Amino acid sequence: MLMGANSVKVMDKSKEKGKKKIGDTARNVPEEMVTVYIMGKGYRVPAEATIMGAIEYAGYQIKRGAGCREGFCGACGTVYKLPGDYKIHTGLACTTLVQDGMLLAQLPFIPNEKPAYDIDSLLPDVTAFQKVYPEIFRCVACNTCTKACPQDLQVMDYIQTAMRGDIEKTMDLSFDCVSCGLCAIRCPAEIVQFNVGILAKRLYGKYLAPESPELGQRLKEMKDKKYNTEYMEMKGMSYEDLKTLYYDRDSE
Amino acid sequence: MYPDYMRESLNKVEQSRNERLELAKSGKPVFTPMTAEERENVLKEFHPDYKEDARRKIRVGPNKGEMITAEVADMLESRSRIKPENFDLTHPDFNTDILVIGGGGGGCAAALVAMEQGAKCIVSTKLRIGDANSMMSQGGMQAAVSRTDSPTRHYLDAMGGGHFDNKPELVRALTEDAPDVVKWLEELGVVWDKNEDNSLQVLHGGGTSRKRMLSCRDYTGAIIMRTLMDEVRNHPDKIEVLEFTPTVELIMDENGNCAGGILYNLETEEYFTVRAKATIIATGGYGRLHIKGFDTTNHYGATGDGLVITYRAGAKLSYMDSVQYHPTGASFPEQIAGFLITEKIRGAGGQPLNIKGELFVFPREPRDVESSAFIRECLGRKKGIKTPSGRFGVWLDSPLIEMLQGEGYINKQFPAMHRQFIRYGIDITREPMLVYPTLHYQNGGTDINEKCETNIPGLYIAGESSGGVHGRNRLMGNSVLDYNVFGRRAGKFAAEYVKSVKIGKLSLEHIHDYEKELAKEGIETDRIAPVLLPSYTPEAVLKRQLTAHYEGTLR
Repeated sequence: MLMGANSVKVMDKSKEKGKKKIGDTARNVPEEMVTVYIMGKGYRVPAEATIMGAIEYAGYQIKRGAGCREGFCGACGTVYKLPGDYKIHTGLACTTLVQDGMLLAQLPFIPNEKPAYDIDSLLPDVTAFQKVYPEIFRCVACNTCTKACPQDLQVMDYIQTAMRGDIEKTMDLSFDCVSCGLCAIRCPAEIVQFNVGILAKRLYGKYLAPESPELGQRLKEMKDKKYNTEYMEMKGMSYEDLKTLYYDRDSE
Repeated sequence: MYPDYMRESLNKVEQSRNERLELAKSGKPVFTPMTAEERENVLKEFHPDYKEDARRKIRVGPNKGEMITAEVADMLESRSRIKPENFDLTHPDFNTDILVIGGGGGGCAAALVAMEQGAKCIVSTKLRIGDANSMMSQGGMQAAVSRTDSPTRHYLDAMGGGHFDNKPELVRALTEDAPDVVKWLEELGVVWDKNEDNSLQVLHGGGTSRKRMLSCRDYTGAIIMRTLMDEVRNHPDKIEVLEFTPTVELIMDENGNCAGGILYNLETEEYFTVRAKATIIATGGYGRLHIKGFDTTNHYGATGDGLVITYRAGAKLSYMDSVQYHPTGASFPEQIAGFLITEKIRGAGGQPLNIKGELFVFPREPRDVESSAFIRECLGRKKGIKTPSGRFGVWLDSPLIEMLQGEGYINKQFPAMHRQFIRYGIDITREPMLVYPTLHYQNGGTDINEKCETNIPGLYIAGESSGGVHGRNRLMGNSVLDYNVFGRRAGKFAAEYVKSVKIGKLSLEHIHDYEKELAKEGIETDRIAPVLLPSYTPEAVLKRQLTAHYEGTLR
């Protein structure tokens, strides 16, 4: 509910106690409320809400700015300020809790460089970054990207390891990146850190990860159609026979 | 932080931990797995699908007269967003070989393979490319790659997990292609977890008789999805991606072939016509319909759009009477209620416990059985833990994992889970998680064969939107595999098909026919589908939204 709307009773639902029926259980309506300013407009929202929950509670139908809603997809990068604090804070709307007086805006899109490249023609060393993302060498090591990361990753460190051509370390440090782009939007050197991380991971997976001998063996068996007979036998079995086979099988 | 009143129960969990650790180390099952009869009983008594109002008869379309999930029947008995007469089909806005609907894992895999075969694609996606359940899978992908395992054993596990309702030829395709999918993804750059001897790390999942779960820490879906979408973006000349532009109806031709779709720009609210020689639907599932009021693990756009548009065009659905509830959704804290707690936790030795800290079920039963056992423990035996907001849950003992696998294992293998809970002051290396079943997967879908073909020529389906692969219950790790196997197959077979097909005059007559059928059955409704986006607008706000005319969730 928009702040300043003339009905205090409606505006602050903290006085209303009740139950909301969802699934098998009845749930209590939240009790404590805070004020947040969504793009400058004030709304009373539950104190325990995530930013995304608060935006929806206020009555917005999100189009851009919501994806997996569990912290994996990076669709909901948000910037906010807090009362009496000059800093710009960053977070994912789906996993960051509101605070009283929070002044926030979601970023609907992060403009970013994603050049088309041919992974088959790249080498798993520094030349790949020189070719695809040469701007990383403008890094001034200010650490702003790391401070902006909602996953608490060492973003600057992985840009530094990329500059040194250490693919494995870059892969490892950027592994949990959700590509929200908050690092890129804060970077004074205009680096697109999350895309650099994706390239490092792909180069590692494709070129540097040790090959599994077992997988090679299995692929050969598949090529030789080793399991054809067994497949045919099981397909030909009656429901009862297949069921017996299943419940009698041993387990590792 | 857990509230104080849960402390007594948490202490009991701690007290029983050493004994349970010894049990787990013994190598024997920590709890006796259920027999076929026990499984049937717990399902009948406690699975939400078996509740009286869970299903109803659908009154129109190819499955007319069948009992299906009630919310799905409501969605299917709905009206189109468009009026066919408003569209000039003689001059399509786009022309392409293949229209791929859905920008998740299945759609991207399909587009990449179709491209390799020389076909051009347009990818129509409702949100951003990669905004899909594919992005969110944590635990892993099944593939029989270890020496002790075999594809046929994978087949048997999947058939048993699906209660033998699966279509055998689809399960064969799924399990037979799996090792090649592992290799294909690795060559694209997916970083699989490996052991020190370079073999692929494999873990157990519910219903697996061999360790078969491959993973990328607990960001498996995120790593695979970002690899696929990065590669899609490397080919803008061959794969055109249209984001925030869902397909809201299929276009047919005069000969009954599927021939493209009507696309809707969510932002400018314009509609566009796409003429395509073949169409691949990879729109995923329907978790955001919140069936039976359950929370869901699904992403924001999971509203079953593909089901609606294929059904109106005359494609048959199968197993639409069955919904998958994942046993371990978060139950506390409230902010993450319904979020997925990966099954890999149980694969690595995590145990479900009741309020007394006792094991009450084998931790790795197939998902429907495990979920039903959790519900029985809470609602039937009253041994669940109640949260401050009135939810129920059982403990999932994660600290045990560190005792079994070594210190640091959780941080290395479950960084996402650790992060999810530490935000709320719960350190899962020291304290268990509180979990309850959550709406997770659409077991059924549009009927396909092993080439992803439907009963409509030129219409292909891949991934969660299809039906038959998993019968009435999917096993963990088989959906990541599913969208890869069938995404690739759809791309391959559609690309072959477009080489020879001739598209006739375009038509939207099937929309009229469907509306006529609704009228004939006396169904008067203002429901519009595809749903596109769920609404979480609270009652107080809805009361003030007094615009006179609404179109679904978009005004």
